[in-house]
Formats: sequence, C-alpha cells, structure tokens
Amino acid sequence: MDSTIVLFLIQDGITNGAVYALLALALVLVFAVTRVILVPQGEFVTYGALTLAMLDVGKVPGTAGLLIVFAGLALLVEGWSSRNRMSAQLIGRLGLLYVVPPLVIVLLTLWLAPMKLGPLPQALLAIAIVAPMGPYLYRIAFQPLAEASILVLLIAAVAAHLSMTGLCLLFFGPEGLRAAPLSGASFTLGPLPVSGQNVAICIAAIGLMIALYLFFGRTILGKALRATAVNRLGARLVGIRTALSGQIAFLIAAAIGAFSGVLIAPVTTIYYDSGFLIGLKGFVAAIVGGLVSYPLAAAAAVFVGIVEAFASFWASAFKEIIVFLIIIPVLLVRSLTTTHVEEDE
Amino acid sequence: MTRSILALEAMTVAYGKVEAVHGISLSVQPGSIVTVIGANGAGKTTLLNAVMGVLPAGGHVTFDGAAVDGYSVEERVALGLALVPERRELFSSMTVEDNLLLGGFRTTAVERSRSIAEVFARFPRLRERRGQLAGTLSGGERQMLAMGRALMGRPRLLMLDEPSLGLAPLIVRDIFEIIMSLKKTGVSILLVEQNARAALHAADHAYVMELGEVTAEGPAASLAADPRIVESYLGLGGPS
Repeated sequence: MDSTIVLFLIQDGITNGAVYALLALALVLVFAVTRVILVPQGEFVTYGALTLAMLDVGKVPGTAGLLIVFAGLALLVEGWSSRNRMSAQLIGRLGLLYVVPPLVIVLLTLWLAPMKLGPLPQALLAIAIVAPMGPYLYRIAFQPLAEASILVLLIAAVAAHLSMTGLCLLFFGPEGLRAAPLSGASFTLGPLPVSGQNVAICIAAIGLMIALYLFFGRTILGKALRATAVNRLGARLVGIRTALSGQIAFLIAAAIGAFSGVLIAPVTTIYYDSGFLIGLKGFVAAIVGGLVSYPLAAAAAVFVGIVEAFASFWASAFKEIIVFLIIIPVLLVRSLTTTHVEEDE
Repeated sequence: MTRSILALEAMTVAYGKVEAVHGISLSVQPGSIVTVIGANGAGKTTLLNAVMGVLPAGGHVTFDGAAVDGYSVEERVALGLALVPERRELFSSMTVEDNLLLGGFRTTAVERSRSIAEVFARFPRLRERRGQLAGTLSGGERQMLAMGRALMGRPRLLMLDEPSLGLAPLIVRDIFEIIMSLKKTGVSILLVEQNARAALHAADHAYVMELGEVTAEGPAASLAADPRIVESYLGLGGPS
C-alpha cells in the first residue's frame, strides 16, 4: 500500500462520510424533536437515488405513484381524526396539505420526465418527489403515537422501514439502478485523481450543513424545532404545535435522505433495499454523537466513512462488520461514564 | 357586571382514579388580579394546568365568553391564555433572547421586535443577560424570563404558578411589584401562591383552596382580615 492508495481511500472515505454525516444529522434531528429513531431514513436515500436513475433514462419514477399512496393514506388518517369537526375551512386545509402538493408534483413529473432535462433539474425534481413523503409518513405512523414511549415509536419505525422497502420493491422492481454523474469532470491533485462527483458530494453536503445551521440558528421556525427538542411542554406553552414540529422534522429528514440518494446514485448501484445499510452507517455516527450532538455526529460520520474505505481495501468481506464494530467501544464507554436515567415523560 | 375573562364551572381534574380537584367554580374579571391560595397539595397547580389544557378536566371552562373545553394547549395559547408554570419550563440550552422570541412564536416578526423591547423595558436584567443561556440564570432571573416569555405572546389572561417559589425575599418583592404593574397594562392575572400574605396584598379577589375544594372566597382585602384565614395562612406559625 503506497501513499496514493492511502490518499485515494481517504478521499473515498470522506465522500462516503459526508453522506453519512447528512443522514446522522437527520437522525439526530428527528430523534431530538420527536423521540423517533428513524429506521426508514435509508429508504428515503433509496427513493431519491432510484428516482434520479429513472429520470435519467426519461421514465416516470415509481416514487410518483408512491407519493400518491403516502398522501392518500395521510389524508385518510387526518380526515378520520378530524371527522367530528368538519367544516369548509378544514376541507380546504386538507386539500391544501394532502391533495394539491402531490398532484402538482406528480403532474410536473409526468410532464418533465420524458424531457430528460439534465442532472441538476432532475436531481431537484427527485428531491421534490421524495421529500413530502416525510411529513406524510409522520402523519400516518407517528403523530397518532406522539405520546407513546420510545420503544413503541421504535417498533413503529421498524414497521415503517419494512413497508417502505416492500413498496419500493413493488414500484421499482428488484433491479439495481445507477444514475449518470452530476458532474463528469475529473482532475488530478498532485498524485491523486479526484472525480468531479466526489467533489460535488462534499461541496453539496457542506452546503446543506451550512443551510441547516442557518435554519436552526437564525429562523423562528428552526428555533421552534430546537425548542421542541429541549422542552416539549415549554414549546406547547408558547403555542408551538408538537405535530407541526414533528412534520417539519420529518420533511427535513426526508429531504436530506433524498438529497443524499441523489448524491450517491451516480457512484453506487442502488437496489430497493440498499438504503437500510446506508442509513445504519449514519446511525452509527449518530450513536457516537449520543443522538444529541450535531457536530460530534458529523465528525463521527467522516470517521465511519474512512474506516469503511480502509476496511474494504484490507478486508472487503468484513467491511460492514468492521464498521459496525465501531459502535461497541462507544457504547461501552458511554455505559461506563454516564449514570442511568429513567425515561422521563 | 362585565363579562368574565375566565370562568370555571364545576371543574374536576383526576389523575387516573384519584380526583385532585373536586368541582371548582371560579371567575376572573377583565383587568383584575385573582389569587388562589392554599397549602401544598391543595390542587392549585393541577387547577392551572387543567385551565391551560395540559391536563384533561371535567366541567366547563369559558374564556372571554367562549367555551374552550377540549381545546389543545396550543389553541388556548392562540386565544390569549398563558401559563407561567411552577417549573418555569424554559428552553435551558437556548439564549435568553431566543427564549423570549419563541414566546412570540404565534405573532409576526414585527410584533416580536416590539414585544421584546417592552419586555426588556420591564425586565432590564433580561436585556443584560440576553446572550446568556437560560439554564445559567439565577432563580429570580428564570422567573423573570418565564414571565417575559409568556408576555411575548401578548396574552389576555396570564396565569402564574407560584412565582415566588424558591426565591429570596427581596426578589419576591420585585416579582410582586412587576405583577401589580402588569395589571395596569390591562392583562388579567390568575395567581396561585403559597405566599398568601404577598398574594392577598397584590390581588383584587381571592379564593382559598383546601384538598381540591374552594373553602372561602371574597375580596382579597376582606379575606386578609378574616381571622380564620389569618390563623391558617397568615399567622406566624403558618406558611408565609
């Protein structure tokens, strides 16, 4: 192994780490705001990647149909729960939230998909198709359980993951897909060949992190999400609806997932069930960050990426095992250094 | 008589099968301070939490003439109810300024900047501490921040749960001065206190709660002169 290989592996690791970092941030955000461990985070990655790959070849992606399914189910749940106070205003609100956005997005997709608009518009369209599934998923599976224990929420999350994987198989089939790169450029940095796609992934990931930082630090909505995470009762007392915070957290998580999927679709072949492992690696990073610290989770994600790159070089058969082994010393240290706290509801 | 800003009719609150508040009726006139005094465990905090919608309750709650039974906490906030809870429930890892801004979450950005100027004028200490994390404040400052945060939403009824709890006597005096000055702005106040002397001094009307029931009510001044109240709540041996 020479220095070129080391540099190459580090480059690869940082690129993967950037994507894991995004997923870890989404996991920490969703857990902090809603106490849900978002097992289906990886499915949003799959959806984003497969959607982009289909748009690449000018076909209407299966996620367009999936979006209709999600919106329809969410509409049913919301309609049922507010059946006793139906009014023209409420029906208008339901239409605005559950009928208009999916309809507009699907019609747009039907119109734009055959045109093959090029990488960037296709990537944006893919994110637009997948992101609304987040809040719909929250409405269907998690909002009715908002007061349940973390364990119940985890079980619901596993169920959501399994159904979303199954739906993906149904709508996309078992074939793996790969998208064209967002950037075909490549150049050399000293002895090291650097692909444009890798640079694009890192820049996009850093850009998104900065955008999230500004959103949480500067806007009242971002602060409201943080407030919900810090003190749920306090947030309700100033009029922040827990359900609204949950839906926004899920919207951001789904958008981050789709965004990550769009970034990795050109470098990895994605199958209907690929998202789970990718999401799990983000989860390892989130765990290292204790599910509370964003900077720690992001740093851990880059570490996970680099470990993975070296593991696949030295012992590719054990690559996943080595990555998931990272979690054991971390848990050990945590269990020895922190005192046990009863779940306080 | 003008319409009450808040009226409770036969309100009951239960934790599981144990009833903590047994059919309380109470009203608050617009622009007045009403206090509920009573010993620890009388059900005062439970009562306020039920009015705010944090706990489910039986009976009827009317706010400014409209029934709000079954409304969520957030819907009651939108109508103009605000609660400063006993445990303050601040956003401890956020700055004083962010805590205040979030208090005005339901208002516009323009209203928020106007409200925050008013809150800073009323609580100069909070202006000094604006960049500090809420979790690092002293007890008195936390109480000021909790009140300031509630005022940011421009409530019509402000409910204060034990604002003097755990505070030094000098700070208690400051807090009560602020409560009385708030009355001049037209906001109605429902004040729950163990510190009966200070509460009766500040209030227009008072209720005495014992074991989940109202056992006495009347103008605050006449309750303060009632020998039974003096003996139980204002005497040297009682809580003061």
